[in-house]
Amino acid sequence: MDWQEIVSRALARDIRAVSRLMSIVEDRRSGFEAAYAAIYPRTGRAHVIGITGPPGSGKSTLVDKMAAEYRGRGKTVGIVAVDPTSPFTGGALLGDRLRMQRHSLDDGVFIRSMGTRGHLGGVARATSGVVDVLDAAGYDYVLIETVGVGQSEVEIASLADTVALVQVPGLGDDIQVIKAGVMEIGDVFVVNKKDRPGVERVVAEIRMALDLAGNGPGRGRAYVGHHGPTGATAGTVDATEAAPWRPPILQTMAESGEGVAEVCDTCDAHICRLAQDGALVERRLRRAKSETMQIASDLIWRGLADDPRTLEAAEGLAWKVARREMDPYAAGWSLRGLIVD
Amino acid sequence: MDEGRKIRVLVAKPGLDGHDRGAKVVARALRDAGMEVIYTGLRQTPEQIVAAAIQEDVDVVAMSILSGAHNYLFPRVMQLLRERGVDDVLVVGGGIIPDEDIPGLKECGIAEVFTPGASTADTVKFIRENIKR
Repeated sequence: MDWQEIVSRALARDIRAVSRLMSIVEDRRSGFEAAYAAIYPRTGRAHVIGITGPPGSGKSTLVDKMAAEYRGRGKTVGIVAVDPTSPFTGGALLGDRLRMQRHSLDDGVFIRSMGTRGHLGGVARATSGVVDVLDAAGYDYVLIETVGVGQSEVEIASLADTVALVQVPGLGDDIQVIKAGVMEIGDVFVVNKKDRPGVERVVAEIRMALDLAGNGPGRGRAYVGHHGPTGATAGTVDATEAAPWRPPILQTMAESGEGVAEVCDTCDAHICRLAQDGALVERRLRRAKSETMQIASDLIWRGLADDPRTLEAAEGLAWKVARREMDPYAAGWSLRGLIVD
Repeated sequence: MDEGRKIRVLVAKPGLDGHDRGAKVVARALRDAGMEVIYTGLRQTPEQIVAAAIQEDVDVVAMSILSGAHNYLFPRVMQLLRERGVDDVLVVGGGIIPDEDIPGLKECGIAEVFTPGASTADTVKFIRENIKR
């Protein structure tokens, strides 16, 4: 199959073609830019939901159960599950699929595992491209499971329409939740393993952090804490109200499926709200901007790294910097001059 | 200009035995050899394995069987792959497989069978030298 045929079959949701197209995009195989250009006009229709949180918080199980819930509602679901690549060997053990295998015979669910391949930020460099393939193939929802995150892996916020941040009891004190980083990107907070001791405390701490955020700049929104009790589900979030979205805090037991329907309802309510108040356009514009800037930066970097002339110049400049004859900024400008001029 | 190709391997345990230590040792060895290993866990049906292999677009399917059902399960996976038109995936097997069964398994398309005592280095080498794309 050449790429044109792969693209046309992928757009008709031929599973093998979808899968091969993902590899072309992920490996940047020859022709990938043309293939990507051919599918791009068909993207932008899926509701992209990011599921992030610390290792072991139950992300895979939650994704598995959310997929089952959306399937029960007659929707199709694509899943992109990201696990870390070893920085030492370049290998990866991708184990998220283990908890989702019961969907493997359902044509309405497509699961793809990815290694981060050296990319930091909680996802792989090619995750956005793989999401776009699923979107173009017509899946109603695309669920992205990030690697287990610590505190600063926030790239999912620029890929997803809705970010669900999964927390579990027993990970730290209330200072953890007011630190900068992942806590600022949640549109929906999911406190999983709610049968464990300390769950009320986690909920209270998240609620307090959201209250403290006040008019905080998190993702350009104001958190005005006037919505009713947290734990509010979609039913109590009045979508016609003009007030900004306040991230609800839901409690789940993903293993048994308890609370998962509410998570799905709340993600749906979130994108409805974004669509109503124009924030969806803004969010997707932000994604387009960060993607474009990233690609431009990659191209410039590659122009720099692939050209023997600049490599030689870089070597010479490095010596000067190491001998303190030049400072690194001056050397950087000098190198930049070589490719921009 | 294929910049980022990595060998992708599905490691699967078809059938009903619950002994996955061997599969995990192999998964880890392949990971350490720089491959991307998708581990699907215990008690997979041939249908599930083939569906996962297609969605993950793997170069290799590596299966481990210790139940004695290899003469059914391995050929069944090969048959399903053929039915779905997949002919560019290397399939290898491992586990407690009597020597006299190996020729028959190779006949049906299993490229190699690794039995107890085989070194993981040999498995890595075999995969590197025999992948079909």
